[in-house]
Amino acid sequence: MSPQVEAGATTLAGDAQPGVVTRAKARLTSLGEMARMTGQVFSRAVRPPFNGSALVYHIESLGVRSMPITLLTAMFAGLVISLQFGYFLARFGVQYTVGRVVVLTLFRELSPVLTALTVGARLGSGMAAELGAMTVTEQVDAIRALGADPLRKLVVPRVLASLVVMPVLTVFADVVGLVSGAVVVKVQYAISFDQFFQGALDSVLMGDFVSGVFKGGVFGLLIGLVGCYKGLTVEGGTEGVGRATTQTVAITSVAVCLADFFITKVTLYL
Amino acid sequence: MSFVRHHEKRAPGFEFHRPYPGEQLIHFEHLRKAFGAKRVYDDLELDVRAGETLVVLGGSGTGKSVLLRCLIGLQRPDAGRVLFQGADVTAFTEEQFMEVRRHVAMVFQGAALFDSLSVGENVAYPLLEHFPDMPPDEVRQRVAQKLELVSLPGTEHLMPADLSGGMKKRVGLARAIATDPEVILWDEPTTGLDPVTTQSINAMINSMKTKLGCTSIVVTHDLVSAFEVGDRMAMLADRRIVQVGTPDAFRRSTVPEVRAFLDARRAELVADGGTR
Repeated sequence: MSPQVEAGATTLAGDAQPGVVTRAKARLTSLGEMARMTGQVFSRAVRPPFNGSALVYHIESLGVRSMPITLLTAMFAGLVISLQFGYFLARFGVQYTVGRVVVLTLFRELSPVLTALTVGARLGSGMAAELGAMTVTEQVDAIRALGADPLRKLVVPRVLASLVVMPVLTVFADVVGLVSGAVVVKVQYAISFDQFFQGALDSVLMGDFVSGVFKGGVFGLLIGLVGCYKGLTVEGGTEGVGRATTQTVAITSVAVCLADFFITKVTLYL
Repeated sequence: MSFVRHHEKRAPGFEFHRPYPGEQLIHFEHLRKAFGAKRVYDDLELDVRAGETLVVLGGSGTGKSVLLRCLIGLQRPDAGRVLFQGADVTAFTEEQFMEVRRHVAMVFQGAALFDSLSVGENVAYPLLEHFPDMPPDEVRQRVAQKLELVSLPGTEHLMPADLSGGMKKRVGLARAIATDPEVILWDEPTTGLDPVTTQSINAMINSMKTKLGCTSIVVTHDLVSAFEVGDRMAMLADRRIVQVGTPDAFRRSTVPEVRAFLDARRAELVADGGTR
């Protein structure tokens, strides 16, 4: 079967009650298909014709509209970890180091992961729902029948947009989290902004910042690929679309946590 | 109206030539297809001749639409061959299918219009794909001409959500014929439409043959439409084509599957009070 067919085909019911082996096989097949789709997306992304306007549209649609939830999440994350660290560091009389701890926690871990879990769920499920609806109404088949390539038209701009948007949102989350943290420790523990930010700047390295941004990019890629794959392989009408969106949220959450562990492991030794 | 021939995106390996009337254009040969445990075709054989309207009849779930989808590569058979002008398309790559799809257009059951594009953009879509360097003025002109052909002039600005079911089908047809295809595949063209709209769609199928000289394959279980548009009919049952012939031959058929289908549909029409 061609990858195109795999991406857009609607299959009829197979076994009524699939066993464990059948389900395991189906999962492995899905993984293989997704890996192949990833390769196809990259090969199309680097070969003309490029669809710049679709990319800009999706960056605007995914990025700008995700900004409020990103900033809100980052603000509360900054507030909470600053409160917590301030409280526990005060026990040892070193509460003035709170800026150092907060910046590392935010830059390396909390900003990329929280952004991916909150915004990623929104982006991935949105893609799955949109492409799923197009699949069940035969619009994806129509794209192919009219001589176009659904991967190039639908998947490449979404995946690239997600890849671009997530690191940018991560940087915004870093800044907002840090500023909100500075505010709360000033109010709660009377630590000045100067002291907070000086501590933060002294301890943070460029590698800490880059590793968080890199994580954002990887998470964006995962979110885009899972959302598009689940959308293009929807089966079972509108019920299937609902199933695909919830599965996308679950899969992207697990994938983000898994990827986070391995990227952290690698970047700590770089 | 004639249009300047623009540079086309061509895939290697397949060259279409204009067929002469009555020539064997498409041949489904020993086709086998299954979805999981459900076998759809077992050794299916069917010919389509240039210039004719072939109606494929059959009950729901017998795989009528799959036949159309196999021809343009939206699905692949498990075994057997689909020959288009002698070329075995089952072995084609997605790139090679692009050339087939320029000559074979499909009108989908639910029209499959792109929700986010206007009517005009929908009709222009295949033109921009197949003729990327066509000037915008000519694209607009051709879109207007195709919409006029399906009796929807001046509707370019409307969105699919603003259209009725019958209008959507007609826009779907305008989009399908935008590149002047030689073959049109009709997937359940009259399903879910009222009798008046059904009549207009039937008239449109006939006019595609007379005005544009298109070959049509119509998949349907609507007998009234089938007898109105079909030059030949084929009955799909028990995973194979059980009879192929003229509408008259079908009326007189003694093949049990055909008889059962015709009688059941006739009883349905009587039960409906002859409203259709």
